[in-house]
Amino acid sequence: MNALRSALWSDRMGVVLLTVLLLAAVWVPIASLALPESHPLHLGSYSVSLWGKYLCFGLLALSLDIVWGKLGILSLGHGVFFGLGGYVMGMYLMRQVGDRGVYGDPILPDFMVFLNWDALPWFWYGLDHAWIAFPLILFVPGLLAFVFGSLAFRSRVTGVYLSIITQAMTYAVMLAFFRNELGFGGNNGLTGFFDILGFDLRADTTRAALFSVTALSLAGCYVLCRALFSTRLGLLCTAVRDAESRVRFLGYRTDRVKLSVFVLSAAIAGLAGALYVPQVGIINPGEFSPLNSIEIVIWVALGGRGTLWGAVVGAVVVNVAKTQFTGWLPEGWLFMLGGLFVLTTLYLPRGLAMLVPKRVSGS
Amino acid sequence: MSVSQRRPLQRAGGAPVLDTSHGTVLYLESLNVSFDGFKAINDLSLYINDGELRCIIGPNGAGKTTLMDIVTGKTRPDSGQAWFGQTLDLLRLDEAAIATAGIGRKFQQPTVFTELTVAENLELAMAGPRRVWDVLRARLGGEQRDLIAQTLERIGLTPLRAQFASTLSHGQKQWLEIGMLLMQKPRLLLVDEPATGMTHQEMAQTGELLCSLAGEHSVVVVEHDMDFVRSLDSPVTVLHQGSVLAEGDLDSIQKDPLVRSVYLGE
Repeated sequence: MNALRSALWSDRMGVVLLTVLLLAAVWVPIASLALPESHPLHLGSYSVSLWGKYLCFGLLALSLDIVWGKLGILSLGHGVFFGLGGYVMGMYLMRQVGDRGVYGDPILPDFMVFLNWDALPWFWYGLDHAWIAFPLILFVPGLLAFVFGSLAFRSRVTGVYLSIITQAMTYAVMLAFFRNELGFGGNNGLTGFFDILGFDLRADTTRAALFSVTALSLAGCYVLCRALFSTRLGLLCTAVRDAESRVRFLGYRTDRVKLSVFVLSAAIAGLAGALYVPQVGIINPGEFSPLNSIEIVIWVALGGRGTLWGAVVGAVVVNVAKTQFTGWLPEGWLFMLGGLFVLTTLYLPRGLAMLVPKRVSGS
Repeated sequence: MSVSQRRPLQRAGGAPVLDTSHGTVLYLESLNVSFDGFKAINDLSLYINDGELRCIIGPNGAGKTTLMDIVTGKTRPDSGQAWFGQTLDLLRLDEAAIATAGIGRKFQQPTVFTELTVAENLELAMAGPRRVWDVLRARLGGEQRDLIAQTLERIGLTPLRAQFASTLSHGQKQWLEIGMLLMQKPRLLLVDEPATGMTHQEMAQTGELLCSLAGEHSVVVVEHDMDFVRSLDSPVTVLHQGSVLAEGDLDSIQKDPLVRSVYLGE
């Protein structure tokens, strides 16, 4: 506990971020529900969900930063963990639809009726129960990360080779999920949700609550990661990042260090995906596209990798810019994003975090 | 080298037991290694006694670093045997298991963790938990703080303990690495060119430090610098083209006609 307190004390920007998140978790429901629509500070439910989405991306960026910034594993496939968490949540929400679907089948989701399936595939069993579905949000991405990481880290695949196979992994999963036969709704994905835990997803109260849960999850995961890196394991991660082979000669199994943090990262990414789906109302295989995973890397690079708070700030800043810019000039966004990345690399190699003076950030 | 060759055949759980009842800590017998047809190590046999300080010298390409790579598990020989004490077959252990068993290595290029402070470098090297979960929960106790303080004193870096290792000079990094070796509490220290890039004064201090280690540890020093080797006043093994050319004290070695022909081309 003391180690955590001193770690937070020396991470003042992290404390600023946590304060903002906690204030937002309280303020947004008030601004959305209690203030009348005519009030200048009133937040519409569209804005609430939009900001909720940004925070999900912030959580996703945090999950990438703990493997890339802290351990030097450049994953170009982190979207796969986000997407899997999202799909688990999507399956849960789909089962909540019940007989309110277009075809009115009490058990089968619409797309299965459309495909003339007569029974639920085994991997959909139990997902109508939150107590089964919600743990799977962390477990499914974590399991993929465990299997992938065991193979990759034990065979000592590092650097650009590792990045390429993470990219291949997310691409492979995307192709698989595009197939109708796989049983996840094909290219339409899962959508048409009604409620979560019995609350109507379109109600302003539910949206405000989802926002607050997202903000608190982000704050909680931030503290968890900060605590993790304030232990001796944090020192070990830095050592593995900077001189992995030397660490082996000290008697540590570096592959297991990397695997542990990678699995944790995947679980956090899965949580981000699961919070994202009810707020945007859809999950489809496009989330697995390699481009999405590369965007996450850009958020982290732009915010400042290795700082944790920088990753969150980068994700929010880029996505606010994306929303604005795609409003004016939809075709131009990718050029803008590429330009931002080039400019950051040239002028802010340590990202926006560089702009904060050391004596302020405390690091 | 293919992946399968590097894969450990055995992963030691706890620290294996070292048996040096015959007085020998390291047995290397008829080792052979070739890289793309070049024989880096050629039928090499070498025995290191418990508590001994031994210097290994030899011209470039004699196989000194490859020898250390074999002992620490970085390179697998094509044939031959390597035993640590009577019971530990080094060829069946991976790098981490060998380090845990009690062989520490200082590299030719000093490799310390530049983004960590001097004290944190020592903390990581300290003998203790190595499993992820145990490392996560590890805290420095009073005894361990004392050990770090003693080691800092021994390597003369106490005033720099809170500095990042990236700010150290080359010689200071060499010492820090020797300090990290000591924290591992190894039975056998392999020290690759410790005096490189040092001033004469630093070299003398390093020599004293290494001599003071012999006895409680066995120390194998690979070195080019003859003055430094002389200052260690220890048995010398000369390697040439991957095998042992001569063994003995430095004076008799320097008179050996075979050695002279290799070194001086006579």
